[in-house]
Amino acid sequence: MHSTHAVLNRTVRSKDVGLDTCVWPADALHFIPDWVYTNEAVYAREMELIFRGKTWNYVALEAEIPETGDYKRSYVGDTPVVVSRAEDGSINVFENRCAHRGAEFCRHSQGKATEFVCPYHQWSYDLKGNLQGVPFKRGVNKTGGMPKDFKNEDHGLKKLFVTTRNGVIFASYSAEVEAIEDYLQPEIRKDFDVVFPGKKLKILGYYKNELPCNWKMYHENLKDPYHATLLHSFLVVFGLLVAGNKSAMIADAKHGRHGTMASAKSDAVVSSENKKEMRSFHEGMSLRDDRFLDFVKEFDSEWSVTMQTVWPNLVVQREMNTLGVRQIVPNGPNSMLMQWTMFGYEDDTEEMTQHRLRQGNLMGPAGFLGLEDNEAMKFVQEGVRRSSSDVNVIKLDADRIGTSDTLISEACIRGMYQYYRQVMGFGEAA
Amino acid sequence: MSEQAITSKLFRPRLVGLQRAIALAREVEAFNVEYCAVLDAGLVEQWPDFFTEDGLYRITARENAELGMPVGLVYCQGRNMMIDRAIAIGRTQMFAPRYNLHLVSNTRVTEEQADGTIVAQANFVLLQTLIEGPSTIHMAGVFYDRFVRDGENLLLAERQAIYDTTIIANDLVYPL
Repeated sequence: MHSTHAVLNRTVRSKDVGLDTCVWPADALHFIPDWVYTNEAVYAREMELIFRGKTWNYVALEAEIPETGDYKRSYVGDTPVVVSRAEDGSINVFENRCAHRGAEFCRHSQGKATEFVCPYHQWSYDLKGNLQGVPFKRGVNKTGGMPKDFKNEDHGLKKLFVTTRNGVIFASYSAEVEAIEDYLQPEIRKDFDVVFPGKKLKILGYYKNELPCNWKMYHENLKDPYHATLLHSFLVVFGLLVAGNKSAMIADAKHGRHGTMASAKSDAVVSSENKKEMRSFHEGMSLRDDRFLDFVKEFDSEWSVTMQTVWPNLVVQREMNTLGVRQIVPNGPNSMLMQWTMFGYEDDTEEMTQHRLRQGNLMGPAGFLGLEDNEAMKFVQEGVRRSSSDVNVIKLDADRIGTSDTLISEACIRGMYQYYRQVMGFGEAA
Repeated sequence: MSEQAITSKLFRPRLVGLQRAIALAREVEAFNVEYCAVLDAGLVEQWPDFFTEDGLYRITARENAELGMPVGLVYCQGRNMMIDRAIAIGRTQMFAPRYNLHLVSNTRVTEEQADGTIVAQANFVLLQTLIEGPSTIHMAGVFYDRFVRDGENLLLAERQAIYDTTIIANDLVYPL
C-alpha cells in the first residue's frame, strides 16, 4: 500500500505544528522527539538547509551515462533533476524544470538525447542545460516575440555544482561545499573506495520502492547495529552476523553524519546466553541451497559487509558480494522513495555475476533483510504519527557519540542527531 | 533505440496454430488457477512444488527487462532456492500480516517446442490487503513462462514475473 492509499493517514496535531514549538528534550543526546519525523515545517527546513545546503547529493553512477547525450532522471532532495553527459565529456546536473513555464520536460528514467526540448512550447536546451532555441523568438510578421533585450543566456535551466569520485556522481546547490574527498572524510572514504576503486562498473539493474517513513529513519537504521541481530534472524541463523563477532559501527569523526556499519562473516556458533536474548533465533535451520551465502573475497578489506550512509541521500551497499547504491528521495515527512542501482564490475566473470544476482536475494524490497527493514520503519512511522507519547529513547552505550566497536550501541545515531540539531538550529529545553 | 523498440522488446509472436494455442492455454489457465489458489491461501511452502527441480523463478521490473538488465527482485535458480525462500517467509521473516489475491488473465500460448515445452504468458494483478488498509493493486505485470509436462500435470521450468509497477509500495513479501 502506498502511503497515499492509507486509510489511517493523519498526524497527531501536536506533532505537526510551527517550528517555534520544536524544542528538543533537555537530555538532548538520549532522546529524539517525534516531531523530527512528522512535521511539515521541519521537513521544509531540511530541504533548504540540508539537501540544498552544503552537502553533496548522490545523483547517478557514471556507468549509467557513459556516452555523449546519455542522461538519467534523478533527484536532489525532493527536487527532480537531470544528469546529462555533454559533448565535451562533462557531466551536468540541472533541474528538470523548463525555464519558461516550469514544465518537468524530461519524462524518461534514462535515455539518449542530442538536446532537451520542452514539449509545451519547444524551448530547447543543450546537454549542459543552456537555452538554445525559443520558437518565434522574433515573432511573426514583425509582431509578437520576445523583447529585444531577451538573452538566452539569462534563461537557461537551473544548474547544480557537480563532482565525481571513482565513477559516482554527486551534485550540490552550494558553492561552498568542500571537495568530495574532504566531504567523505577518511573513515568513510576508506570503505567507499573499496567498492569504488575506479574499476569500471557493470549495472545489473534497478529496484524502486516507496517507504512510508521519514527519510532520516533510513540513515538511523544503518547507524543502528543493535537491530541487525534482533530483527534479522536470518543473519544470525546463518552466521552472517552474530552478536559478538567482529564488527564495528564507524562514524566520520568531523561531523558524525556519515556512517559505515561493518562486520566480518563468522562461522562462530551463537552462545546459549546470546540465544536467550534473541527471540527470533531459530535453531537447526539450514538452507537447501546455501550458494547464495558464499563469500568470495574480492577486496582487500577486513570486512565482508560494509553498509555506508553518506549524508544526506546515499547508501553504499556491500553485503558480501552483492553491491549497490541506494538513493534516498525524501517525499514529505511521512514518505521516501528508495532508488536502488545494483552493479558488479565490467571484468566480472559470468559466474561472479550469477553469484551477485543470487546473493541479491538478501537485499532490495523483497530481500530477506530488506523487507524486514522496510516493515519495521513503516511501523515506527505509524507509531510516531499516531501516538500521544512523543519521544524515542537512545540510551544504549550512553556515554559514547559516534564510532563504536560494539553492536549494542546507539552512539552513531546520537552523533548524527547532534550534527542535525546544529545544522537545523534546534535548541534544547532548559 | 526508439521508445517503441524498447517497449516492444518483450512481445513474443505466436508460433503455434490458433486451435492448438487455445487448447494449451486452457491447460495453462488450469495450472495458474491452482498456483494462485495456493499462494492466496497463504500456503507459501507448497509454492515450490509448481516448479521443476532446476526451475528458474525471477521477479523483476519491466524497466530491467526492457534494458536487458539481469537483476531480480527475487532470483531463484532451482527449486531448492525457492524452498529456502518459502521457509524463510513462512517461518522466520518479520512482516505485517496481509492477504494476497492474484488475478490472472489474458493467458496466451506462443510456442510448443518439439520436446513438449510450452512457452506461454499471462497478465497478473496482485491485490494486497493489510490489516487496516484498503485492498490495493500491489503489483501488475506479466508472467513469461516455460512449462514442461510431468505426467498429466504441467510444471514451470521458468517463470519470469515482469512487473509494470515502477514504485513498489514498501516491499513484496510473498512470491507472485
